[in-house]
Amino acid sequence: MRISLTVNGKQYSHDVEPRLSLAHYLREVLNLTGTHIGCDTSSCGACTITLNGDAVKSCTLLAVQADGCEIVTIEGMANGAELHPIQESFKENHGLQCGFCTPGMVMTASDILKNNPNPTEEEIRHGLEGNFCRCTGYHNIVKSIQQAAEKINQ
Amino acid sequence: MIPAKFDYIKVSSINEAVDLVDKHGFDAKILAGGHSLIPAMKLRLNTPSILIDISGIEGMNEIKESGDEIIVGANCTHKQIMSSDLVKNQLNILAQTAATIGDVQVRNRGTIGGSLAHSDPSADYPATVLACDAKIEVTSKNGSRTIDAEDFFQGIFTTALEDDEIITAVRFPKVKDGNYQKFYQSASRFAVVGVAVVKDGNGVKVGITGVADTPYRAKAVEKAYDGSTDAATHAVDGVDVMSDHFADSEYRAHLAKVMVKKALA
Repeated sequence: MRISLTVNGKQYSHDVEPRLSLAHYLREVLNLTGTHIGCDTSSCGACTITLNGDAVKSCTLLAVQADGCEIVTIEGMANGAELHPIQESFKENHGLQCGFCTPGMVMTASDILKNNPNPTEEEIRHGLEGNFCRCTGYHNIVKSIQQAAEKINQ
Repeated sequence: MIPAKFDYIKVSSINEAVDLVDKHGFDAKILAGGHSLIPAMKLRLNTPSILIDISGIEGMNEIKESGDEIIVGANCTHKQIMSSDLVKNQLNILAQTAATIGDVQVRNRGTIGGSLAHSDPSADYPATVLACDAKIEVTSKNGSRTIDAEDFFQGIFTTALEDDEIITAVRFPKVKDGNYQKFYQSASRFAVVGVAVVKDGNGVKVGITGVADTPYRAKAVEKAYDGSTDAATHAVDGVDVMSDHFADSEYRAHLAKVMVKKALA
């Protein structure tokens, strides 16, 4: 089936099997391997991307469902060599340890801050319920998002 | 995990959808948000040969006020429901329920129609749909009908929906005094126990999910209600309480009483 979609501002069109997940499409067809597949059961959030601006788990979407949509992956966050404020804050606050969950954390953080530019610590923690960090580095992830909110609001 | 092969059709009208369901029968599955169906297909617990994507049907993702009712289109996402001013002002118990489902990403995709049709025994909406006495609108090639909440849920993953019927909307009465109390399964965010209470004058309506294989109206609680929380002791009267690795039946029965007490308070 033919799909056409925009990923990180670039237009793509491919023939795909309906059973191809969006996560596999991004990783294996577009070679955008920043989107990770962790649990593959929509629990861990490592595969989070934004679809028309909303954070979604790309392992639980079919590529065909994204036909005509606008997608942003972790690769689309930085502006060339200039990191996105959320990425910058993760770097400054030691918001990543092994880094596996980080792309999903950053993409979910972008959804949290889009809907709530000044979240409380509790609201950030609530917003991250769908993202697991097996290093258990949540404390600095929350700090990173708090600082990112300040940077974006400046 | 990769699902078995299937064909995919995205329809733009309900008529197109019911024609396809009629044609393909049991081989077809309706896809809305896909957050119950796609995981089941990846585990090959479900192997439909055709998916009919109804997410693009115009008008099915709207929330409207009609007289004393709030009509929620079947394709409304949990996010849309929890964020709707109309729902928050006229039917806050539903906004409160939607906000407890899954996580940000799941709420951005999952729909009320999909959740009700799937009818997971630990899903949140059934408790609230029951306590509100909501009505479920369904359509098939043979026409449309309305199913009362109490008749809709029939067993584990089993509803009153016929094979060729699609949920198009859920009609809720406006509710001033209601609340949903949930004890979360900490990893999945499903309800170990979820209790919805709607108070109306002197009476109370109580819907319970997560406790039995079918969500139910706790009629014994409703009957014993005297304005205090004492009636909560009747939460599982006559109910076959589920047991699983999250909560055995004794613990779950106790939890149900505690959660009913909280919801009645």
